[in-house]
Amino acid sequence: MRLGLFLISLVVLLFLCSLLIGHTQAPLSNSLKALISGQGPLGTVMQDIRLPRAILALLVGGSLGLSGAAMQGYLRNPLAEPGLIGISGSASLGAVLSLQTGFAATFWLALPLSALGMSVFAVFLIILLAGRQGSSLTLILAGIAISALAGAMTSLVLNLSPNPYATAEIVFWMMGSLADRSFDHVWITLPFCIVGAMMILSLGPALNALTLGEDTAQTIGINLVKTRYVLVIGVAAMIGATTAVAGAVGFVGLVVPHILRRWVKSQPSRLMWASMLGGAAIVLAADILVRLVLPDRDLKLGVVMAILGAPLFLHLIYKTRAESL
Amino acid sequence: MLVFVQLFKQILVNVALLLWATLTYAAPQKIVSLNLCTDQLLMLLADPNQIASLSKIVDDPNVSFLAKKAAEFRKNRGDAEEIFMNSPDLVVAGVYTEKATVQILQSLGVRVEIFPIEQNFDDIVENIRKMGLLVGHSDRAKRMINDFNIRLEELRSGITERPRAAIYSANGYTTGTDTMSGQILKTAGFQNITEEVGMSFGGTLPLETLVMLQPDFVITGKAYPGHSRSEEILKHPALRPFKGITQTDAKWICGTPAVLDAVAELQHAHPEKGLR
Repeated sequence: MRLGLFLISLVVLLFLCSLLIGHTQAPLSNSLKALISGQGPLGTVMQDIRLPRAILALLVGGSLGLSGAAMQGYLRNPLAEPGLIGISGSASLGAVLSLQTGFAATFWLALPLSALGMSVFAVFLIILLAGRQGSSLTLILAGIAISALAGAMTSLVLNLSPNPYATAEIVFWMMGSLADRSFDHVWITLPFCIVGAMMILSLGPALNALTLGEDTAQTIGINLVKTRYVLVIGVAAMIGATTAVAGAVGFVGLVVPHILRRWVKSQPSRLMWASMLGGAAIVLAADILVRLVLPDRDLKLGVVMAILGAPLFLHLIYKTRAESL
Repeated sequence: MLVFVQLFKQILVNVALLLWATLTYAAPQKIVSLNLCTDQLLMLLADPNQIASLSKIVDDPNVSFLAKKAAEFRKNRGDAEEIFMNSPDLVVAGVYTEKATVQILQSLGVRVEIFPIEQNFDDIVENIRKMGLLVGHSDRAKRMINDFNIRLEELRSGITERPRAAIYSANGYTTGTDTMSGQILKTAGFQNITEEVGMSFGGTLPLETLVMLQPDFVITGKAYPGHSRSEEILKHPALRPFKGITQTDAKWICGTPAVLDAVAELQHAHPEKGLR
C-alpha cells in the first residue's frame, strides 16, 4: 500500500513537471492558471501542446509497464518485454503500413486498429514459438526474429513512400518520441489503453495461480485458454495503440518490473499495478529529460530509455547472477 | 586580276565560315540541364529544339510549376556517363548539383555553367540575364526582365501596413527573410516573425514558440503524398486558430518570374492589397 502511494505521488509530481517544462518560460502560477483557463497564447501552449504530451507519456509508460509485468507473469520469464520480443516493432509496422496506404485516414480508429492487428499477430507468434514452458533462450530467439523482420519491413515501407520525409522517420518508429503530439493522438489511444488495461488487470488472480504451475492453476479453476486470449488481446491493444502514436519505446517493460518485483514480494497481481504506475513515472521522467538535455533536437525517447535502462538492467543481471551463485 | 578575285572569294568564304561558326557557338543547340531551377529557366528562355534533356524532378508538379510543359522533353538521371554520351554543347547546373558529376564532365571537355542560388529578386534578374545570354536569346531575357520589374513595382506599391506572418513547414522549420520564400513574403507586404527572434535564414521554431509569438498569419507548405510524422505538425490543433493564407508550392522554390504569382496569391490576404 505504501509503495502504491509512493508511486502515485511520483507520477503526479512528474506529470506536473512535464506540464511546466518546455520552450516557453513562464512563471509557475501563470502556467497553471493558463492550463485551467486556456486563455491566451500560454493557454494554447499548456492545453494543446503540453497537456496531450504529458497524458501520452502517462499512457505509453503505463501500457508498457503493465504489459511487461503481465507477459512476464504469464510466460514466467523475466525477459518477456514488448519491445524486446518484437511486439512494439510489429505494432510500428502495422501503423506505418496503414499510414502510408492511407487506410489510417479512413476512420478515426483505423490507425490504432492496424497497429493492434499486427501486434496480435506478433504476440500469438511469440506464445506459439516460446510456449509457456519455453526457455528464455527460445523466447529471446523468437523475439529477435520477429523484431528483425518487423523492423526491416517498417524500413522498407518507409523507403518506398512517396513522401520525402518518410525515410528519415525510421528512427522515430524504432525509438519513439512524444514531440508535438496533440489531443487527436490522445483520443485514438485512450480507449484502447483503458480496455487493454482493464483486461490485463483482471488477470491478476489467474497469474498469481500460475506461479504455482499450470496444473495447480487449473485445479484451482483457472481457464488457461481464456487467460491466454485475454492477455494477447489486452497487450496488443495497449502496445498497438501507444506505438501507433509514439513509436516503439524499449526497455520500459523490462526495467520497471525488475526494479519493483522485490517490493511486491514477486506477486504478479500486485506487480502489474505497480509496474503500470512505475512505467508511467519512468516515461514521464524520460520525456522531461529529452526536453531538458537537447530541447531543439527532438531526442528520441527510446535513446534516453536505453541509456537509463541498459546499465540498470546489466546491474540487475549481475546481481541475480551473484545471488544464484 | 583573276588572282585577286580568287583571293577575294577565298577571304569571303572564310569570313562567312567564321561568322557561321561564331553564331552557332553563341547559341548552343544541345543543352542539358541538371537542376530543377535551371530546367525551368531553360524552358522559359530557350527554343524547345535547343533543349536536349532536363532533370527528372522537373516532372513533379509538387516542386515544378512547369511540370506540364516539361512533359515534352527528354529527362536525364543526372549521372556523368549518360550526359557525356549525349554529347551536349552546354550543360547548365545549380550550385547544389553533385560536384563529382560536374567535375567529370568538365574534365571530359564539356562546357558546364553553374547558376547560383537566388536569395532575392535581384538574383532572379541576374540568372534570367545569364540564361538568356547562354542560350543566345538575350532579347527574350530582356523582355522578361522588363515585365518582371514592372509587375514587381506594381505589387510593391501602396503598402504601408505590414501584418506579421510566419512560414511554417515540416518539422517546425521556418524560413527567414534572407531566402527566396522570405523575399516573397516581404514583397507581398508582410513582416516575417523570424525578424523578432533573430533568424535571418530560418531554422527550427518550436511549436510552443510559434504559438507564443501569435503571428497574424501562418503560411504552411502543401503536404507530400504518402504520410510523414514531420508534416503532422502542420495539422496540430494549436495551429488551427491562426489564419492561413495560401500554401507554399512549386512557384516558391525557384527564382523564376513565377515568384510574382506567389506574391500576388499572398496579397489576397493583405489588408491593403487584398480587396482589389
